[in-house]
Formats: sequence, C-alpha cells, structure tokens
Amino acid sequence: MLLTTLMLLPLVGAVAIALLPQAKETLAKQVALVVSLVTAAFAIYLTLGLDNSNGGLQYSEKHDWIPSFGISWSLGIDGISGLLIAMATILVPLVIIAGWWDAEDSSRGSVKEFFALIMALEVFMIGVFAATDLFLFYVFFEAMLIPVYFLIGRFGGPQRAYAAMKFLLYSLVGGLFMLASLIGLYVVSGRVLGQGTFDYSVLTTLHMDPATQKMLFLGFFFAFAVKAPMVPFHTWLPDAASEARPGTATLLVGVLDKVGTFGMIRYLLPIFPDASHYFAPVIIVLAVISIFYGALLAIGQTDMMRLVAFSSISHFGFIVLGIFVMTSQGLAGSSFYMVNHGFSTGALFLVVGFLSSRRGSKKISDFGGVNKVAPMLAGVFLISGLSSLALPGMSSFVSEFLVLVGTFSVFQGIAIISTLGIVLAAFYILWLYQRVITGEPSDEVTGTVSEISTRELIAVAPILAAIIALGVFPQVALNIIKPVVTQVQTTVGVTDPIPDTPSAEGSGL
Amino acid sequence: MIEAFAPRTSRRSLQLPVVFGSVIASLGYVVINATAPLSGGLSVNAGQGHGLRQIAASGSVAIDGPGLFLQGTLLLVGFVGALLFAERSVDPQGDAFAARSSTLPGSEDERQFTSQGWFQTEIWPLFLFALAGMVMFPVSNDLLTMFVALEVFSLPLYLLAGMARRRRLLSQEAALKYFVLGAFSSAFFLFGAALIYAVSGSVTFGVIAQAMANTSQDGLILTGIGMITVGLLFKVGAVPFHQWTPDVYQGSPTPLTAFMAAATKISAFGALFRVFYVAFAGMRWDWRPMLWVIAILTMIVGSVLAVTQSDIKRMLAYSSVAHSGFILLAVISTTPRGLASGLLYLFAYGFTTVGAFAIVSLVRDSSGEANHLSQWSGLGKKSPLVASVFGLYLLALAGIPLTSGFTAKFAVFTAAVDGGATPLVIVAVVASAIAAFFYARVIVLMFFSPVTHSTADVVIPSAFTVVAVAVCTAVTLLVGVVPQPIIDAVIHAGLFVR
Repeated sequence: MLLTTLMLLPLVGAVAIALLPQAKETLAKQVALVVSLVTAAFAIYLTLGLDNSNGGLQYSEKHDWIPSFGISWSLGIDGISGLLIAMATILVPLVIIAGWWDAEDSSRGSVKEFFALIMALEVFMIGVFAATDLFLFYVFFEAMLIPVYFLIGRFGGPQRAYAAMKFLLYSLVGGLFMLASLIGLYVVSGRVLGQGTFDYSVLTTLHMDPATQKMLFLGFFFAFAVKAPMVPFHTWLPDAASEARPGTATLLVGVLDKVGTFGMIRYLLPIFPDASHYFAPVIIVLAVISIFYGALLAIGQTDMMRLVAFSSISHFGFIVLGIFVMTSQGLAGSSFYMVNHGFSTGALFLVVGFLSSRRGSKKISDFGGVNKVAPMLAGVFLISGLSSLALPGMSSFVSEFLVLVGTFSVFQGIAIISTLGIVLAAFYILWLYQRVITGEPSDEVTGTVSEISTRELIAVAPILAAIIALGVFPQVALNIIKPVVTQVQTTVGVTDPIPDTPSAEGSGL
Repeated sequence: MIEAFAPRTSRRSLQLPVVFGSVIASLGYVVINATAPLSGGLSVNAGQGHGLRQIAASGSVAIDGPGLFLQGTLLLVGFVGALLFAERSVDPQGDAFAARSSTLPGSEDERQFTSQGWFQTEIWPLFLFALAGMVMFPVSNDLLTMFVALEVFSLPLYLLAGMARRRRLLSQEAALKYFVLGAFSSAFFLFGAALIYAVSGSVTFGVIAQAMANTSQDGLILTGIGMITVGLLFKVGAVPFHQWTPDVYQGSPTPLTAFMAAATKISAFGALFRVFYVAFAGMRWDWRPMLWVIAILTMIVGSVLAVTQSDIKRMLAYSSVAHSGFILLAVISTTPRGLASGLLYLFAYGFTTVGAFAIVSLVRDSSGEANHLSQWSGLGKKSPLVASVFGLYLLALAGIPLTSGFTAKFAVFTAAVDGGATPLVIVAVVASAIAAFFYARVIVLMFFSPVTHSTADVVIPSAFTVVAVAVCTAVTLLVGVVPQPIIDAVIHAGLFVR
C-alpha cells in the first residue's frame, strides 16, 4: 500500500486545492508546497529503502480492477523507476517555488487551478513509473496529457493554444498506436495462456513468435519515440516547451519525456527481446541522428527556451543509444542519464525562465552582459549550462561517459561519432552563455535584469547541489540502478561482450 | 412484450406519470425476466446466463440474455430521453416541440398558438410507440416481426423529427428527408426478407439458418442478405447509407435527436447483431468482406467529415456515423466476445450521446439553440460546469481512458483482433486519432478561446434535464472507472437463442 499512499498524497493535495475558495491564493500555494515536500520526502525514503540485492520489483501491491480484461491495479518499483519517481517528486516542490508568481495573470487560468493541475500531474507521474500492469501504465500515460495540456494551454505564452494542441495530438496519436499494440499483446497473451493479461511479470515470460513481436514492438516504440522525443517525431517539443511556463517545461521535458525512454527499458526490451534485437540497428541510427540533429538545431536557435528544448532532443538521443546497445554500461548510463537530464534540463529551464521573466523576452539577442548586473544569476546559469554539456564533476558527465563506453564495446564507430555530439553540446551551451551572460549590458538589460531572489535561489540550489553530489558520488545512484540492469539483461538474454584485449575496464560499475 | 399503453390525454399532469410509469414498469418487467430463475438478483445482469431464454409468441419473439440487456438499455435511455422531452423551462416559449405542428411555419396561426402557450401533447404517444418498436426490434425472431417493429418505431420518429419549435422549415425538411430515405430502406429490407423467404421457405431466423446450410441458391441468398443489410445499415447510419444523419440530427428537436441518436442505434445494432449472429451466421464468409468495406468506409468518412463541420449537431451526427463503424467491428468479429463488446459499446455510447445532446439543448441564444461552433467559444469561462460536463462527454466519445468510451472501444477492439480483424482495428485506431482532433477542437474552443459577443448563454434547466444529465454523466464515469459490473452483465448475457 506504500506506493498507493505515495500517489494519494498529491491527489489529496490536488482535490484540497481545487476545493479552496478562489480568493485563497496564497493558501493554495502553501498547500501545494507542503504536500509536494512531504511526497518528495516519502519518495526518497522509499527509493533509499530499496533492497539492492535484486533487481526485481519491490513494494509490490496488486488489486483486481477489471478482472475480465485481466486488468489490475498493480504497482511496484525497481531501482530505475524508484530513482525517476524520486527525481520527479523532488522537482515538483522546486517547480512550485520557482513558479510561485507564474499564475498571477488573471487573463489566463486561476492560481489554484495552476497548482491543482501540478499536483494532479504529480499523481500521474508517480503512477506511470510505478505501474506494473501495462494497462494501468497506458492509463497513466494518457492521463498525464490532460494536466499538461491545460498547463500549457491555459498558462503558456502567446502561441499556447497551438502548442498545447500540437502536443496533445502528437501524444494522442502515439498513444493510440500503443493502444493498438496493447490490444494485440492482450490477445496474444490470451492465446498463449488461455486468459489475456496485462501483468508485466507474466508478459516478460511470454513466448511470442518473432513476426508478432515485431508488429507489437513497433506500436509501443512509436508511442515512446514520440514521447521521448526522437527525430523525426520531435517537432512538438520545441513548441510545447517554449510556450509553457518554465516550471511546466521542466516537468514536461525533465519528467514526462522520460516516460518514453523509461518505457523502452521497462517494457520494450524485456517483453519483446527478439524484436528489440532486430530493430536495434535502426533505432541506434535514429538515436545518432537525434544527437546531431538536436545539437545542430540548438546551435541555430534564437530563443533560449527552444534552444534548451533542442538540446534535450540531443540528450535523448544519447539515452536511447545507451538503451539499445544493451550493454550493462550503456543501460546503466542511460538510466542514470534520465535522472541527471531531469535535473540539468530542469535547472536550465528554470534559470532561463528567471531571465526571461525579468526581461520580458526569451530572445537571446535581447540579452548580454548579465554577469555585470546579476553575477549570482549568471553563476547559476553557468553551472546549469555546464551540467547540460556534461562537464566532468557533474553527474551528467558520468552518465554520458557510461553510455559512450557501453556503445564503444559493441559499435566502435557509432561511439566515436557520437562523441562529437558532446563537442557540439559544448558549442551551443558556451555560445549561449557568451551571448547572454558576457559582454556589455544594454540599457534594457541593466534596467530590467535584477539579481536572483532568495525564492529563486531556493528553487534552483537543490537541483545544482544534486547534480554536483551525484557527479562526485555517482555510486549512490549506480548501486541502485545496477541490479535492475542485470535483471533487464537476463530477461533480454544479452551479456556484455568480452573485450579482445585484457584491459582493466574502468567503467565505474 | 412491452405494451405501449398511452391513453391520449391532453393534460401534462396525467401524461407524465403514465409515460414514466410505463417505462419504469417495462424496465421492471425486463429485470424480472432476466433474473427470473435466480431470485434475489439485482439487475439485468444478475441472471448469470441462466435468465429466461425462450422463443415466445409463436416463435416470433426471442427472449434471451442479449435481447434483455438491449431492452434494459433501451428503456433506461428512453427514460432519460423522456426526461428531456418533458423539459419546459429551457425555451421561454415552452418545450422543444412546435405548439401546433399542423400550422404553417411563420404563419399567423403559429404565432397565435405559440403565444397562447399551446403544447403538442401527441409527442408522448408517439414517443411511447417509438420506444415500444425499438424494444421489440432487437428481440424479433423473424423477419416480419422485425419489419413491423422497424416501422413501429420509424414512423413516430419521422413525425417527431418535423416538430421542432424553432427553425421549423429545417425541421420539416429533415423529417421529409428522413421519411423518404427511411421508406426506401424499409422497402429494401422487406424485399430482402421476401428473397430470403423464397429460398428458405420461412422468415424465422432459426429456420433460415438451417436452410442456408443446405441450399445452393447463393445468388438469391446473397442478394437477400445484402438488401436486409441495407435496411439495417440505414438505421445505424453506416456509410454509404448515412446521408440522412447530419440533416436529421440537425433539424430535429434536440430532445428527439438525443433519444433517436442513442436509442435507434442501440435498437438497430441489436437487430443487426441478431440477424448476423443467428440467421446468417453460416454465411459469415460471404458477408464479412462486405461489412469490412462498409466498416472501413464508415469509420473514415465519419471521422473525416466531422472535422469539417461547423455546427455542433452536425458534428455529433458525423461522429455518430464514425461510432457506427466502430460497433460494426464487433459485428464483424462474430464471436461471443464480439457480441458482449458490442452490447457494452451500445450501452456506453447511448448514455454519452443523450447527455451530449442534452447539453446542446441548454446552450442557447435569443433565437433558440446556439448550434454554430463559434457560439461555443469561451463557454468554459461563462459556465464552467456545463462546459466541463460536455468536455467529459467529448472525451468519452473520443475514447480517452477513464471514460466509458474508452472501456467500450477497448472491448470492441480486443474482440475484433481476437476475431481476426487486425487490419480493421488499425484503421479504427487511425479513425480514432482523426476523431480525437475534432473533439479536442471543441474543448479548445470552450476553454481556451475568448468569450465573444456571439458566445451563447447556458440556460438553467429544470429538474428533468438536470436528472438526465446527471444520470448520463454518472454512467459515463462509472463505466470508465469501475466497468467490471457492466462487463459481467454483457458477458453473462450470453448468446442469442436460436
């Protein structure tokens, strides 16, 4: 019941906020903050309490929901989902703090609506990572769209209606393909077992013929690739992220998109091992294209939010790459990368949000010389940026390195090419820094950009602390991830290639 | 089985108890029948497949699980529909029906009758006749009874369609169109029945099924099946027999649209299921390809044309066409599961549709209902509750999880894949994606667009509509969140009796 309780906390918060009278705006914010802090503490407690001696699902619970469809309310977490839930629940209170005044504009939605939606989103985010019934996963996968849709559509920038619609349609179409595959999987499991099921642990042991596997795999993959997002299914992300409030964008890119890559590790590899092997080369090529396409387009952006969004597409390329090379380093690196990317992109979005709310513009060319007028803010921007470009000492470095090492042991060429992606990342981040932060401040910048406030610092500091802490002590997270990776590899039936030369493999694992 | 006793009284105070009483009494009778051998059952479903199963009335009526389930659904939907018929506080001039439908539209007579506060009280007997025919239709066990039931429910609907209080010319045009096309389709049905009789020597489904197995006159049989199918597909509004739906849905008085859209579909699909599962089951390899083509056309044409509509009633009409295509998937699968999923879909769809049209009848401006989509702009800001409920119905129609529409769609798709119609399910998924677009567009319009000077008002209705909407909303949510009881009901309804 622990995981259900974890979901109930924000749910109660959302309902309580929705029931508050319209005028009690501050109270709504306070309730949201307190509830999300309690949820985060509880999630961290659960994740640290995981038994690392095995990679199986823990805190499992199962209650029948629709027995005649084989659907149950079953939850359970392993190391990867535990870390992702912890990451998500940590981000929520910070996003609430950062977005404390985001919903004041009365021409849009009301304040309590904004915070109730964030709380509702938190319920679904926990649910989607904790579900161990595929149907339940699908329900949360789709249900998440609704709060995000309203968060973008009601509180976003000038193009918000367009961006929200594009986001919804892309996700819905992806979700429908997943639904088609889900139905197919249910029918196939019914043929094999006599009674169809959505139970994850049963489905991983299901024997399907390769042709069926490939069909079903594609449906799921399409949904996850849209969500992740991978080139060529990515075009909704820059619009959605740049029109959303920075806090919403943080949750959207930092947490929601992880559902795509999480789904690949959790569902695609173990349930469709043959199909995963069959499609791996194509997907790896797509991942490499994503890395470069995202990075190159990030360089070309004139809007800071869009730049961060495109950089995320590049990062997601790395994550997908690490998953589909299927080595222990690659998988562990990708899993760790998901957590790190949530933090680093979150920090970047929030800082960019601070800048643009001061200046009233997201355009890079409207800035310059921020370090002269707001040195602290410039410093925070620098650390967030460095984390995004995976500087050694930052947690993202560890994960990116692991992904590349894991790739190198099977596809050397791909690994070498992908390394260039890091160079591009350094280019777009540092060039952004140079244009926004350094130089001589214009009059507008001097007049509008003030130093970072205590509230904003409280919102960003924990993220930066986590990035550096995990960068110096990655073992804390990797110890939790490793048993799961071993478990996934066993289920898929892959082993790490044995190196040709007897070298000491200092992968950090 | 259901007696349409409707003494013709001109007093509302007398009529309403009679109408609601008879509907409730019939419902009670259906429930008793379904649970007869197992005392202590709660509802239609409690029969656990042991419910009364027999062929009654000299073989012309089949009482069985699915039939009783459909009857129960029809009566419930009819009850909700009757609530909308009874609504009189939405329109300042009275109810949704013309004061005197015999007066010329726009004439002096019409104005007089209207200002004197006349009401067309004949709507109630017509309503009960229609409901009785519908309840009869899916349990008919021979083609002639089916034809009689078809006419009994169609004729009152043709009349009622022409009786709108506002925009009467549109309404009368709709009625005429409905009548002419409906008469054509009835003729097709009757001629098909004659051809089948010529081959099998009987109109009873069981005998037809046997005769089909032992005959070689394929030409006659196939023509007969085809013509009967045309008659039935017309009633469910499947492409290419759908042209009447948008005009009739738009022109009819909205309470009637609500009732007709839901109940006709339930009833006609019930009959379609019975015909194809009982009488023509042996010929399924012959008629399945035909229904494949029709299902694909229906889903795609319905969804695509709905995108281009600017009138809310027409949009819902085209969406109902698309939904017919989805239910055809259940017919095509020809498995027990297909039947069960079809029943579930009809149940879910019926209530959502009635609810949606009930909301449409509340959104008005000075000249009547505000059906143009531009008048719905910003409705979410003006009346959040009504807009939210309508949004829920749209999400259910789009098949979003945790609404009844999703449960139903899921059941039908699963059954279809199981029945070997995987390509159809893929088409259905694509059609759902297209459909999601126009449903979402209305939601965007209601919640994200600004309030303009043409934005319509929401009228506060009396208890009748409130109860109707509450029932529909409750069903939409319950079937979405805790569908197990209703799934048990449709599964335990079992198969058709032969």
